[in-house]
Order: sequence, then structure tokens, then C-alpha cells
Amino acid sequence: MKNVETEVVTFNNVGLRYGTDREVLSDVSFTLYPGSFYFLTGASGAGKTSLLKLLYLAQRPSRGMISMFGTDVITLPRARLPAFRRRLGVVFQDFRLVPHLSAFDNVALPLRVSGVREADLRKPVADMLEWVGLSHRADAQPATLSGGEQQRVAIARAVIARPDMLVADEPTGNVDPEMALKLLRLFEALNRLGTTVVVATHDVHLLRKVPESLIMRLDKGRLSDPTGALRYPPRREIMPRDDDGIEF
Amino acid sequence: MPWVIAIMVALTVIAAAGGLAMHNLAMEAKNELSGGATVQIVEPSPTERNRQAEAAEILLAQHPAVASLRRVPDAELDRLLEPWLGAGTDGESIPVPALIDLRLRTEATEAELDSMRRLVSAEAPAARIDAQSSWLKPVFSAITSLQWLAIALVVLLGLTSAAAVWLASRSALGANRNTIEVVHLLGGTDSQIARIFQRSIALDATLGGTVGLLLGVGAVMMLGNQFSGLDSGMIAGGGLAGADWLVLAAIPLAGVVIAILTARLTVMTALRRML
Ligand SMILES: Nc1ncnc2c1ncn2[C@@H]1O[C@H](COP(=O)(O)OP(=O)(O)OP(=O)(O)O)[C@@H](O)[C@H]1O
Ligand SMILES: [Mg+2]
Repeated sequence: MKNVETEVVTFNNVGLRYGTDREVLSDVSFTLYPGSFYFLTGASGAGKTSLLKLLYLAQRPSRGMISMFGTDVITLPRARLPAFRRRLGVVFQDFRLVPHLSAFDNVALPLRVSGVREADLRKPVADMLEWVGLSHRADAQPATLSGGEQQRVAIARAVIARPDMLVADEPTGNVDPEMALKLLRLFEALNRLGTTVVVATHDVHLLRKVPESLIMRLDKGRLSDPTGALRYPPRREIMPRDDDGIEF
Repeated sequence: MPWVIAIMVALTVIAAAGGLAMHNLAMEAKNELSGGATVQIVEPSPTERNRQAEAAEILLAQHPAVASLRRVPDAELDRLLEPWLGAGTDGESIPVPALIDLRLRTEATEAELDSMRRLVSAEAPAARIDAQSSWLKPVFSAITSLQWLAIALVVLLGLTSAAAVWLASRSALGANRNTIEVVHLLGGTDSQIARIFQRSIALDATLGGTVGLLLGVGAVMMLGNQFSGLDSGMIAGGGLAGADWLVLAAIPLAGVVIAILTARLTVMTALRRML
């Protein structure tokens, strides 16, 4: 195990197969550093979602080693995983909003899971909903929201607890370019506060919108690294910028 | 889901009430009869019969096991037999035995009865002494079988109820599988997630159990009124005592406990399959 401070996640020769099929991920090795912004790209079916599932601890790899926040999570007892999951924010490709909970309650869920008192979560949740432009839909059930609105609720839920790492699977797939940019700025703001961000997307235009981002490419389950990000740990200043006025 | 529980609780309450009433009836009848014995003086001559009856009365009153005794008056006997023998039996044409009703301090064991028989055999050779319970053996065994039947019914219904509650809470959870998974991935612990579902199912089960208890008790009280309306000596002992009502009240409680345990077990099992 290397230095705890300087690594968020390390994959070492990770392979994944579903059932007895061929491997959908092979020989995947990389390290993610704190405060960095990563894009994960690749054709549809290349294995982006599969890799993210390993990242947000929904899936065990078939082989290889994964450590997170300096701890080997493969051999970790099951009971200790929730504590790790609470340090992550996840935007699922299919949103996964809880159907019978309002937008407000969906966004509040990570805080409630962590035991935040009701009085202390009202304002942050309301502010977050306002930021994603859904204040007026706070009481709406997910089924009554449009695809883009659901996606924004999912994003608000992923960032509300200020995670150490944000994992987002096609987070801008259902919104117009203007909203996509706005959401990206939300991720950047979080990133500047120290959160490691991993965004999976096949939208190449998005990559250019975050100049300091690092790019990982998946091709048929194998990782390549066009910006050299994975080989040479980037050192970036975490500069507080206040231009979009997000408060966390 | 609350309705399934309500119906099953109501049925179980009714069956349990039946079983308890049957049990009470049997116990009361047994107490009443097991401490009793009957002396019959079967003697055709009315004067001799009367003499022997009086002698037996005096002798048996001194027997240590006898608490009290009562000669059943001939008039009363006539009235009892009237439906079978017709009115105006004068004791000459058809010899009706004299009857003495004995209340004993203890159960009417064969040893006690034998010592009484020896006591009276010289003075009243025509006396026959029998425990009342021996006359009623067939009635007892009928009541006992009915009691077993009621117990079997309660057990079967209880098992069916438990199964229904189990299935109802499982299907309620199946619909929420997605929610379980999401909360799990957001870092909810297994017992945190189980608690959410335990709470909502406990609410459902409490509602269902209360309604079921009210329905069941309502039906039992209606039946109880009908039976007391019959005013039959046999049924009189079959009421429900305070403790019995507590047993009935415990049935919906058991339902709630089963529902909660099912919820917990089902959620935990579903979660174990996730990383
Ligand atoms: N649960 C599963 N069981 C079996 N095969 C799966 C499962 N999930 C994904 N796969 C397969 O694994 C491969 C990679 O899928 P994955 O979802 O990771 O791709 P992706 O890069 O996210 O694609 P997209 O851009 O369309 O979301 C695909 O061939 C897919 O069919
Ligand atoms: Mg995908």
C-alpha cells in the first residue's frame, strides 16, 4: 500500500466477467489522485459502466486488486463497506431514484443515511435543488419528472454530501447543452473543493469543456490513456474560484 | 397486506376462542362431576327401599370422604322420569330406585367408593355406589376430542396466518427491491435498511391485527350470546375467563412479530446477495 494521502483509488490488473462470459474488463490498472477531474470515454459497450460499478463498490472484480482511500476493499469485511460508500457520490446511468420518495427526499437520502439531523438538512437540500433548478419540483415524485429533471435530481443526490469521490455515469445524457454545461460546472466546483471526479461519457464535446481534465479511454475492456494521466500523476492546484457562487 | 393480516387474525381469534371455551367447559364439567358419586337403592319393595336409603344416608354421612349428601326426593325423581315413564307412577307398578347424591371432599376414586360400599353393605345390601364421572365417560371423551380438534384447528390456522403474513411482507418487499439496492449503494447499513421496512410493515401489521382482533372478538361475543341464550346446563360452563381474553389479544401481537421478523429476514437475505 502506497501513501494514503496521495491516492484515492488504485486498480491493479483488474479483470471482470459477468457469469461465465468473456471478460468485459481486462488488465485494468490505474491510480486516481485526489482533486483530479477524470473523463472515462469509450464506445458503447466498451465497459465504462462496468468499471464505474467497481469504483462505487457495487461489484466485485473477478481478479486483480482494488484499493480505495488506502484500504484494500477486496478483502474488506462486508460490514465495513458502507462507510466507504458514504464517502462516494454516485450518479447512476439509469438515475435510480427511489420511486415513492419526492425529489426533496431523494436528494436528502445520503444525508439521512449518514444520520444528519432533520433540522440540519432542510436548507442544504433546498439550496441544492435550487441550484439544479428544481425548487418548484421539490415535492414531485420521480415518475412525474422529465428525464432531464430526474437526472438533475440524481446529480443533486450524488453531490449533496460533498463526497470525497464523485462517480457519474453519463450524467448529461438527458439534458440540453446549456444544462449540461451548468452541471459540469457543479462538478468542477466540487472538484475545486477537493473531490475527485470521474465522469463517464461518450460525448467528446464535453471533454473540451473542462480543460484541466484527464482522459481515460476504454476500448473493448482495455484501458488506454491518451493524455498520459494515468502514468504521470498530475499535480494540480486546488484553486478556490467563486465565480459560479456555489456554496457547499 | 393489512387485509390479509386482518382476515387471518380474525379467523385465528375465532378458532382460539372456540378452543378455549371448549377447554373451560370440559374443566368445569370435570370438577363438578369428578367429586360426585351416586348411591342407587334398587329394591322393588317401597318400604324396604326407604329403610335402606335412610340407613345408607346415616352411615355415609359419617364417612370421612363425604362432604355432603342429599336424598333425591321421590317427587323430584318422578318428575325427572315423567317424560319416559308417563305421569302417575306410584312407585309400586314400576320400581324406581331411590337416589342419594354424594359430594366428596376429594375425587371419587375406586378405593374411596369401595370403602363406602363396605360401610353400607350390611344395612343396605341393595345399594349401588358409582362415581358420577363414570356415567359421563362418553361425554368427557367427546369433549376431549372436540378440544383436540379445536387445538388442531388453531394450530393450522396459526400456521396459515404465519405463512400469509410471511408471503404478504415478502411481496411488499419484492416491490421495493430497487429501493433496497439504492439505499445500500448510498452507504446504508443492512440493519438501517431493514429498520425502514420493519417500521412500515409493523404499521401495516398493527392496523391489520387491530381490525382482525375487533372482527374476531365481535364474532366470538355474538356466538357467546347465542349460546347463553340456549340456557343449557351443559353449555353454561363454556364461557371465557379474563385470562382467555388476554390469549386472544396476544394473537394479533404474534402477527405483528411474525411480520417484523419476516421483513427483517427477507431484507437481510436480499442484502446478503449484494456486495
Ligand atoms: N449485468 C451484466 N451481465 C452480463 N453482461 C453485462 C452486464 N452488464 C454489462 N454487460 C456487458 O458488458 C459489456 C460492457 O457493458 P457496460 O455497460 O460496461 O458498457 P458501457 O461502456 O457502459 O456502455 P454504454 O456506453 O452503452 O453505457 C457489454 O458487452 C454488456 O453487454
Ligand atoms: Mg454505461
